[in-house]
Amino acid sequence: MIAIAQFLADEHHSCDESFATAEEAAQTGDLVGCRQRFQPFRTAMEHHFQKEEQVLFPAFEQATGNTMGPTRVMRLEHQQMRQTLTEMEQALTGSDLDDFLGQAETLLILMQQHNIKEEQILYPMCDRMLGAAVGPVIQDMRDLPAEPLA
Amino acid sequence: MITAGLALEQAPPFSVPLRFFLTAPLFLLLAAGLLLWQGPDVFTSRWQPATLALTHLLTLGFMAQVMLGALLQILPVVVGVVVPRPRLTAALIHLPLTLGTLALAAAFLGGGSSWFQGAAALLGLGFGVALLAILIALWRAPVANETVIALRCALGALLVTIVLGMLLSSVFAWGWSFPLFDLVHLHAGWGLIGWTVLLVAGVAYQVVPMFQITPPYPAWLRRGFAPLLTVLLAIWSICMLLGWQVVAGWTSVMLAAAAMLLAGTTLWVLSRRRRKIGDPTLNFWRASMSSLLMGAVLWLLAPWIPAWASAPQLELLLGVLAIFGFAVAAINGMLYKIVPFLSWFHLQAQLFRRVKVPNMKQLLPYTSIQQQWWSYLVALLLLLAAVIEPPVFGYPAALALGVSSGWLGINLLRVYRIYDQVLRSAPPLPSAA
Repeated sequence: MIAIAQFLADEHHSCDESFATAEEAAQTGDLVGCRQRFQPFRTAMEHHFQKEEQVLFPAFEQATGNTMGPTRVMRLEHQQMRQTLTEMEQALTGSDLDDFLGQAETLLILMQQHNIKEEQILYPMCDRMLGAAVGPVIQDMRDLPAEPLA
Repeated sequence: MITAGLALEQAPPFSVPLRFFLTAPLFLLLAAGLLLWQGPDVFTSRWQPATLALTHLLTLGFMAQVMLGALLQILPVVVGVVVPRPRLTAALIHLPLTLGTLALAAAFLGGGSSWFQGAAALLGLGFGVALLAILIALWRAPVANETVIALRCALGALLVTIVLGMLLSSVFAWGWSFPLFDLVHLHAGWGLIGWTVLLVAGVAYQVVPMFQITPPYPAWLRRGFAPLLTVLLAIWSICMLLGWQVVAGWTSVMLAAAAMLLAGTTLWVLSRRRRKIGDPTLNFWRASMSSLLMGAVLWLLAPWIPAWASAPQLELLLGVLAIFGFAVAAINGMLYKIVPFLSWFHLQAQLFRRVKVPNMKQLLPYTSIQQQWWSYLVALLLLLAAVIEPPVFGYPAALALGVSSGWLGINLLRVYRIYDQVLRSAPPLPSAA
């Protein structure tokens, strides 16, 4: 059986890959290519956030009875990343690739320090706390439809 | 399992790590000043008082400053626990470490026994508080991941290094008697191969794949490297103390091989990075790992080449490669990620949605990093050349070191200035109006 840690870390890595392609396009001055690659990246990020916020975190909070702990922080950091993604989008709308790259650099660190916390601490804890519910929780995350961006 | 103690968000106040990061370049500048003052003779033997002072300005003043400051910052991220009373703890580490390093340098430069006593007391206090605070945090870590394992081994090695340093300083401070040369070898071995290599390894597993978007380090290396290196160092130390030269020799071969393994793996992982854009810290990682690789190769080859084995330049070359090549490069590069990110992070936390916070590149432009990188590389090459030809390259190396470290300091200060300006120019909170 696949673990939550593996399932969601794989999503992180696939987001990293699409981040790198969008950033590369911006670096080479390819505005059109950057726009094309940024959209699926942003959509994938948002879908990943929603899987956590709507499925995983509530399951963790129910199992631990703790809604003010680590999941609250993870939700806050999702908000910070959404904000930065919005600013990247605005930079692309304004055709400002320099601003886009600066925001991308910020997003990368924000994203990675967030991923460290999730992959090293939160996901292994979820796997342990949820026990037999791990399978259904993963299935629910797989089944969650992507909501359009606000 | 207890989740109440888990503190994923509790980043310490900015001033906690920042004081270490802004102090550290000053010690590199002091080292450059010492080189200019003492002249090329510093490069003739590692045992000269001025050379020992120089070494400790670099290892304690620059390396330990940043490493301890960064640990206070990253523990909540990688381990999920927070250091208690962060401001007080930071002050009790930073101040004694800074003053103790200055006292030790003065002691080596002829200050005499009372300076050694003062240095031992101050450094004992600073490192004692640091070890206690960080070990307590690591003890409470909710998950024993590979970074926790590497950090535990690294801190164990730091403890050995500090105890050996204390014993050595007691020789000069109180006239105690110890086998000086053996202890110095052990002190340097545990400090550089133990504490420094293990800490850099633990950090590299995390940050190299994440920031350069590379494949992960092999799992066996992440799990096994730190315990293996620690055991090898322990065997090597016991053999040295017991005078078992042959076993000690083979163990040191294995230590060099382990260092090459880490350096080789990192360079290989970097060559397979997905992030093709020229991230400026990439150069620093490459310089760091190439220096480690060259140092290890030199160490392996030296016993087989009689002309090298007895040359005083060999140990100095190893020192420059390990300290200024391997450690300073990795730290210099990491500072360029940490300081702008923390500035952004704290601005964002304080001004969320009231002001558009400058992004990482606006806080520190790539060109500034790139220019300082070249000055660092020139300084490294000139320092290596100065070991071979002190009269020719001694002063140029000192000047290059001064330029490179001054530049690093200015780059970091500029980030802080922008942080400060943005914070001051922000409109007051609506609730305060």
